[in-house]
Amino acid sequence: MNGDPCPETAPDADTIAAHGLSAEEYALIEKRMGRVPNMTELGIFSVMWSEHCSYKSSRIWLKKLPTEAAWVICGPGENAGVIDIGDGQAAIFKMESHNHPSFIEPYQGAATGVGGILRDVFTMGARPVANMNALRFGAPDNPKTRHLVSGVVAGIGGYGNCIGIPTIGGECNFHTAYDGNILVNAMTVGIADKEHIFYSAAAGIDHPVVYVGSKTGRDGIHGATMASAEFDADSEDKRPTVQVGDPFTEKLVMEACLELMATDAILAIQDMGAAGLTCSSVEMVSKGGTGLELDLDRVPTREEGMTPYEIMLSESQERMLMVLKPGSEEIAREIFEKWELDFAIVGRVTNTGRMVLKSGNEIVGDLPISPLVDDAPVYDRPHDHHECPAPIALADLSADIAPLEALRTLLASPDLCAKRWIWEQYDHMVMTDTILRPGSDSGVVRVHGSQKGLAIATDCTPRYCFAHPQSGGAQAVVETWRNLTATGARPLAITNCLNFGSPERPEVMGQFVGCIKGMAAACEALDFPVISGNVSFYNETEGVGILPTPAIGGVGLIHDIDRMAHIAFVAPGERILLIGETTGHLSVSIYARELMNREDGPPPVVNLAMERRNGDFVRDLIGARRVTACHDISDGGLLVAVAEMALAALSEGREIGATIDLPDGGLPLCAWCFGEDQGRYLVTAPESTAKTILTDATKAEVPIHSIGLSGGATLTLGSSDAISLHELKQAHEEWLPNYMAATDEREESGD
Amino acid sequence: MKTAVIVFPGSNCDRDIKVALEAATGTPSAMVWHADRTLPECDLIALPGGFSYGDYLRSGAIAANSPIMRAVVDAAKHGVRVLAICNGFQVATESGLLPGVLMPNASLKFVCKDVLLRVETAESEFTRNYSQGEVVRMPIAHRDGNYFAQGDELDSLEGDGLVAFRYCDERGQLSDDSNPNGSARNIAGIFNKERTILGMMPHPERLADTCLGGTDGKTMFDGLVTALA
Repeated sequence: MNGDPCPETAPDADTIAAHGLSAEEYALIEKRMGRVPNMTELGIFSVMWSEHCSYKSSRIWLKKLPTEAAWVICGPGENAGVIDIGDGQAAIFKMESHNHPSFIEPYQGAATGVGGILRDVFTMGARPVANMNALRFGAPDNPKTRHLVSGVVAGIGGYGNCIGIPTIGGECNFHTAYDGNILVNAMTVGIADKEHIFYSAAAGIDHPVVYVGSKTGRDGIHGATMASAEFDADSEDKRPTVQVGDPFTEKLVMEACLELMATDAILAIQDMGAAGLTCSSVEMVSKGGTGLELDLDRVPTREEGMTPYEIMLSESQERMLMVLKPGSEEIAREIFEKWELDFAIVGRVTNTGRMVLKSGNEIVGDLPISPLVDDAPVYDRPHDHHECPAPIALADLSADIAPLEALRTLLASPDLCAKRWIWEQYDHMVMTDTILRPGSDSGVVRVHGSQKGLAIATDCTPRYCFAHPQSGGAQAVVETWRNLTATGARPLAITNCLNFGSPERPEVMGQFVGCIKGMAAACEALDFPVISGNVSFYNETEGVGILPTPAIGGVGLIHDIDRMAHIAFVAPGERILLIGETTGHLSVSIYARELMNREDGPPPVVNLAMERRNGDFVRDLIGARRVTACHDISDGGLLVAVAEMALAALSEGREIGATIDLPDGGLPLCAWCFGEDQGRYLVTAPESTAKTILTDATKAEVPIHSIGLSGGATLTLGSSDAISLHELKQAHEEWLPNYMAATDEREESGD
Repeated sequence: MKTAVIVFPGSNCDRDIKVALEAATGTPSAMVWHADRTLPECDLIALPGGFSYGDYLRSGAIAANSPIMRAVVDAAKHGVRVLAICNGFQVATESGLLPGVLMPNASLKFVCKDVLLRVETAESEFTRNYSQGEVVRMPIAHRDGNYFAQGDELDSLEGDGLVAFRYCDERGQLSDDSNPNGSARNIAGIFNKERTILGMMPHPERLADTCLGGTDGKTMFDGLVTALA
């Protein structure tokens, strides 16, 4: 696809539609160009104006999210967000989706998702120190689910393990709403010197534009356009639009970039992600208010005969574009050659405000920069208002099953079962700074060579977001905040991956708007700004969308890693304290879904003031070393949280169960045990300390109750009902490996 | 004790072993680039974990033919101690420094977790601070850690007391359940004949700091410092 550089007749309607452009959008392109665009130019407009690159449906709403705080160095708009973590250091992080490619080709789709987010972070001058991920798969009994889980997990591991960045946690849910559209959201956190952060704005007229990394191939052309459309029955034919990852090359690119960044050679740098050379170069010159001339013959290519269209739209991985200070080309070349990487001066910065593409002796493209970015259409799409459903009487939400039997069933359910099968395939210890391994409320990495730690958590409860988007959006933020708080960290900022169906449907757009409103309110109340993120729309197949899934990735700072908390019970005979208010909210709970097959009703109420008060109280307890363990209460409710604390201890070789006293209030027992009220934590403390904590909490107007004692080899409820920890462990640990083992048999039999 | 860490372009545990060695020795480790042909003067060479040259084919096979490995093999012949961990172990077998091969795990999956090891002999500079039969904990993180050698080769390794560590349970018993990768006779680490080279899949450098959850790996480095000081 190349053709006439200066065509006189407009492309036909099919070509325009194949580029994901509406007739109105095409007309605007012609107007801005002042002539008919050639194929290369049309391709460039199409990717720059795609939903994926232009955020045309989400932009007006994203502006409503709080993005500022005293510790924010760089908010949304760059490759990743940057926060100050003291001592001259900055944490740089972002989360990004790779949903569409991962469904089509799970291993490579997930692997290149990790590769892309790592590049976003080291592009800014940070050494990545931790990876996280948030995964959503279809129902376990969907015939594709096993294959997708297996491929995605292997792909994430294959990339992160090789490059040597620990994957320290994440989340994984299953729901039939993801049968046709899985979600693969990957997050990377890096640490940089605060004074040496690199941005993408290309300045300096005539300065050399340099291409480094892998060669450009024909893979991934139109990936961004694919990610901006819903799937149909033939979507698997899109496999050629999925890129192939090479983590070894990425490791070389990362080391070479970090080495070059230690000199003063780089003026601007941008990784080539979605829409490859097009998006990276346009973003650089647009931010710099400059122009660009690119000689496409100098772009290193994998094969001969690639057209300008292919070179500009390829999404080959592990490539970077940078503007160098004149005279430093040789230092840069030397470093890249040491790492055996391609290095080519492919163009120069101009002051024309245009992107001029040359090949042979011809100009093969000449576009104004501003319309590509600033005139990208912005839509205020119609959106429904989603009312919060009416409450369901508690009496109607009681399954006919004894609480401990219910507990065992819930711990063995797909969403609550141990995810060890997944995270044991990730190297979570490389770099030897992993202080809290996967399976905790947050992952924690030590800031290398210091006593500081970064706590990192990813959270979202899509069923709440579906039930009432505004509450669900707020809940995703507060749960992240709570998970960081439960380690003792001070939550600083979040990134997000907003995964939704088609924004062209008012129902979906209403979910998006509701979630944003909820998130904004929660971020505001908790001083927890959004510093980076991405939007993934069109997660739907043949008109059926996913559950609204605004995945949140949060980062918090622990000043002294000797003063942090873990979820595991530490010793028998300690008082277990429940912090926060329990109303027994069972609608949209895991209990209602797994045991009653109900997903209706309102999600739990998020009380932001109480959330903050309870969390601040808990963080102070941890900082003062007054509690020995801490766990937030979320999916599955109180009894599941108690069991998780006991099972965490068991996996560390300590057999410490618990005896939980029956509540004396008027709540049905199952509502007390499994209700998912927000703003709650469990902490343990020796008896004497517990007494003073009870008094202090009451003074601070923080609801608190003593609910029992740690100890014994069972989880005992009341005076008689008990279940052994080993039985619980078996239920909790077995489900996922057993489920995945079934796939191996199928594959071996050639299915 | 002077130490040198070999850095292949895809090494990713080079910094980790450097940190652990420097903590034990109190002196900086020399970081030696794979394209170099000579080694600095040193008492111990560490071949670190990672993915030497991407290892898309056979792990460690390309690294075995790198310029620096000629110098390493030569130094090892002259008695310089070599500690080869994970990918380093793969490089060591591919280079002929140690017998056998490391095949893909029986599960065909990458596995990262703590495992228990039985110390098979304390009669070496690497294991002198452990006691024979002691059960220690160290992490593994690999896809190709399934140790294999011919039966007679395994017999002679065992006969000569050259097995350093085996995967075991809490009581030191060997079983299939405690073998994380399918290694022959639960072998986790072996010596050369002179016991101057140790190759092992587990990572002692990952549990050499109480913050990381244990110090069983530190015991090895402390022993080496005493022996080679």
